[in-house]
This record gives sequence, structure tokens and C-alpha cells, in this order.
Amino acid sequence: MADPMKIRATLQGDTADVRVLMRHPMETGTRRIASGLVPLHFIQSVIVQHNGKTIIDAQWSQAVSRDPFLGVRVKGAKAGDKISVTWTDNKGDTRTDDVAVTTGA
Amino acid sequence: MKHPRRTFLRFAGGAGALFFAAAAGLLKTASAWAAPWNKTAFEAKALAETLRGLGVSNPIDSKDITITAPDIAENGAIVPVAVTSRIPNTQSIAIVAEKNPFPLAASFDLLPGSDSYVSTRLKMGQTSDIRAIVKADGKFYTTVKEVKVTVGGCG
Repeated sequence: MADPMKIRATLQGDTADVRVLMRHPMETGTRRIASGLVPLHFIQSVIVQHNGKTIIDAQWSQAVSRDPFLGVRVKGAKAGDKISVTWTDNKGDTRTDDVAVTTGA
Repeated sequence: MKHPRRTFLRFAGGAGALFFAAAAGLLKTASAWAAPWNKTAFEAKALAETLRGLGVSNPIDSKDITITAPDIAENGAIVPVAVTSRIPNTQSIAIVAEKNPFPLAASFDLLPGSDSYVSTRLKMGQTSDIRAIVKADGKFYTTVKEVKVTVGGCG
């Protein structure tokens, strides 16, 4: 199973500022090593959920940088709300991590 | 009387139904509900083809979209790009690096409960316009910002 994501969700008024750092090689399929080209291997889909409700549904290309960063903002959030992030890559691997919204301090 | 056997059978029946639903794929994980990956748009090799793949028609230039990205990116492998849309009822934001081998870099469907803001880091092969395309109320809006790249980041 892939390495966990680092997620931070801090409240600013009633909006949660969510920052996610994922661990993934995001290979473009054009990188050459001694044995040939490293195959395409990248996150294609990212879902962000707030208390179980999907609020962002993203599709990515291999042009998103390695160890992807994602910043989004969730409206109507309260401290303790659950923010969950799921990514799925072109090989079908997937990873979900979640975090509780904290007050900014 | 508590009818422990009946309680047990009711529980077992419920659990059984849940098991069959899961086995039948009726219970889906978050990723299973995601929109299908737009292969046509992501495999387009030029801007016009990309816009067609995204279903974009007649995008209107808009000053209500802000692209936050460096004027000069030191490292083309990690270019921070953020897009904010002040257009009401923004439904989605797509980010295109026009001179990349596959221009469409990322696309975000913003459902109710999300702010119309996204931030990420992209690979850029060379100096290029970064174009943001916003869909709001079924119409398309766009703006560009040039990002100069000193060391390309695709290969």
C-alpha cells in the first residue's frame, strides 16, 4: 500500500483551508533509465470529501508534479469535521487518508 | 420477552443483505463514484483538440479568474499554479499548459461545499502560457498567464 498522505485542514472563519501532500512518482513515461523508459504511472483521480460528501472530483494528467500537492477550500466547515482524500492511479492503486478540521492557531 | 433468536436472525439477515450488496458491487468506495477519466481531453496534443475534448465552446476572456504562478519557474518539474474563480456558480476549473506535449494538466469538478479555488504543482516542458478554463452556469470563461521556464521538467 502506498505511503500515507499528509493532510492539514485548518479553519479560517467558516472555510477550511485544506493542504494535501501525496506520495507518488507521477512518472510521465518519458524518463529514461539504463533498462529503458520508466512506464507511465500517475494519479488520475482525486476525490475530496467533507463529512462523507464529495465536494471535489479531480482528474489529473502525468503533468502534475511528483509527490503531488493539492490545495482546496471547504465551505461551511467546523472544527472536528472530517476531510477525506482519495487518489486512484492509472494502475488502479488507490489510497484514502483523512483528517479532522482544526482551528487555525 | 426479548426474543434473542429473532433478534439474532434479524441481525444476520441484515448483515447478509449487506454482504450481498457489497459482493454485487452496489457499495462503492469514493473512488468508484468519481467521474471517468477524460481520455480524449488528456491525450489531446494541442490546445484546440484539448478544448474540444473538454467540451469547451466559445470561452469568454474573463478578469474574474486569477492564475497565481511564478513569472519565471526555476524548476520546470515543480511549478506551483493556483487558480481562483470569482465567477458565480463556478462548476469546474481546468488547467492547461499550452506547450506541454499533452496540454491538459488537471481538471477539477467543484461540487457544492467547495470554494472555487484549486492549487497544485505542475511539470512544464518549456516556457508556455498556463490557461485556466472555468465552467460556470454551463458557460465557459478563460484567462492565461505566461510562465517562463528556465529548466524544463517533463523528461
